[in-house]
Amino acid sequence: MSEVKFSKEHEWITLEGDVATIGITKHATEMLGDIVFAELPEKGSNVEKDGTAGVVESTKAASDVYTPVSGEVVDTNQSIVDDPAIINEDPEGGAWFFKLKIKDISELDTLMNKEEYDKFAKETSN
Amino acid sequence: MEIKKTSLNKLHQSNNAKFVEFAGYEMPIQYSKGIIEEHKFTRSNSGIFDVSHMGQLFIYGDESLTEELEKIFPLDLKNLKQNCSKYSFLMNEDAGIYDDLIITKIKEGYLIILNAACKDQDFEILSNLLGPKFKMNLDNNRSLIAIQGPKSVEILNSILNGVDQLNFMTGNWFDSDNQKLFVTRSGYTGEDGFEISISNDKAEKFVENLIEKGAQLIGLGARDTLRMEAGLCLYGHELDINKTPVEANLRWAISKSRLSNGGFIGSKKIMNQMQDGASQIRVGIKPEGRLIAREKTKIFDDTDKQIGEITSGTFGPSVNGPIAMGYVDKEFSKVDTKILLEVRGKKHPANVCALPFYKKNYVKGVN
Repeated sequence: MSEVKFSKEHEWITLEGDVATIGITKHATEMLGDIVFAELPEKGSNVEKDGTAGVVESTKAASDVYTPVSGEVVDTNQSIVDDPAIINEDPEGGAWFFKLKIKDISELDTLMNKEEYDKFAKETSN
Repeated sequence: MEIKKTSLNKLHQSNNAKFVEFAGYEMPIQYSKGIIEEHKFTRSNSGIFDVSHMGQLFIYGDESLTEELEKIFPLDLKNLKQNCSKYSFLMNEDAGIYDDLIITKIKEGYLIILNAACKDQDFEILSNLLGPKFKMNLDNNRSLIAIQGPKSVEILNSILNGVDQLNFMTGNWFDSDNQKLFVTRSGYTGEDGFEISISNDKAEKFVENLIEKGAQLIGLGARDTLRMEAGLCLYGHELDINKTPVEANLRWAISKSRLSNGGFIGSKKIMNQMQDGASQIRVGIKPEGRLIAREKTKIFDDTDKQIGEITSGTFGPSVNGPIAMGYVDKEFSKVDTKILLEVRGKKHPANVCALPFYKKNYVKGVN
């Protein structure tokens, strides 16, 4: 599996072959608070880099989930829809959102590595 | 304008509060445990809420003050006993609501608890209506602390002996630490609890004492989910200047004895609406599934006609599902009426339901 990459919209992404797994970061869940609702893209649909690909809602507010790369949705994680609380518990593991068959691998180059993201998250949360 | 802080601000900080600006005050939205934990702790144990941003208006006077206030509020104040509280409204001539409030008759006159965002305007309106005859004090030197939940009575009584003898919606003065606290048995969560008016310099120590006895600080986030589950209105959401108490389904708060002769501000409109009904009315709404419908969500019937709008909506931690309140045309206000909520461009099924979502545990009377 490839190195984990991160977007400015607080998504994480890993790549296996040409299939990317995408979720939201621990930092994002800490900003959102208790997550109580998740909506995922439809399997088979195509999503465009930086476009909306889902929604999460905390007790406080709704936030869009964006996709950091373009591709076709090949799988979605129904368990986070049935029990959104696991997004807070295991955001960068079991609580992945969707898998994409990616269109253009070079789109990954625009994303941050862990060190860059941690710095970004720290700077933007103050 | 500089953001205001309550006397508990340092205590919030040391308890890892996340702050938001609310009505010009820096207030804790939640602490480290988060809204759901805080909500559940209040329902099962005892939560402390800093509500010092709310206005505490003391108006001093005798029977002549009661007479003047009856020209303003839809209450039978002449028959209100000392230390008893009523929920009421400050209205305009069209019965539009400037603010909702709790008024308590005290020995010296009345104590009115006002919403933070409305208190300065309320003070001006009431000053103009009452004139210079009665001394009024919107007291910034006192903090207001709520303690809510089933263990609150035991905890508070261990510090202020005798509060367990208060009935719901009554209050009294208690002595602690060489000063007088005014305590009412009331709240905004659907739980048994109290609100304590205490001078600013004593507030932090008092709250630390409550925490030592097992209560925990709870933020405005959980205060909001708790009040929604209890079906209670929040000014600026369910209530505003374009809504009347009848439309808000709060007829119970209007004293029956005042309906025959009126004589309070907005009485004509209220009496008409009581007779003919209001065209829109506040209802409880349960979306099907897990969908959350927030404030301003449009409500439709099955012919695509808009029939109303959501005023508050969230996930109810004790109900374990989404809940909402809103206004619908009166023909859609019956319990179990099927309605549609438009969220992110799609219409989702929901049902009109009875309020509260969560059954109350108020103590009705101990005496």
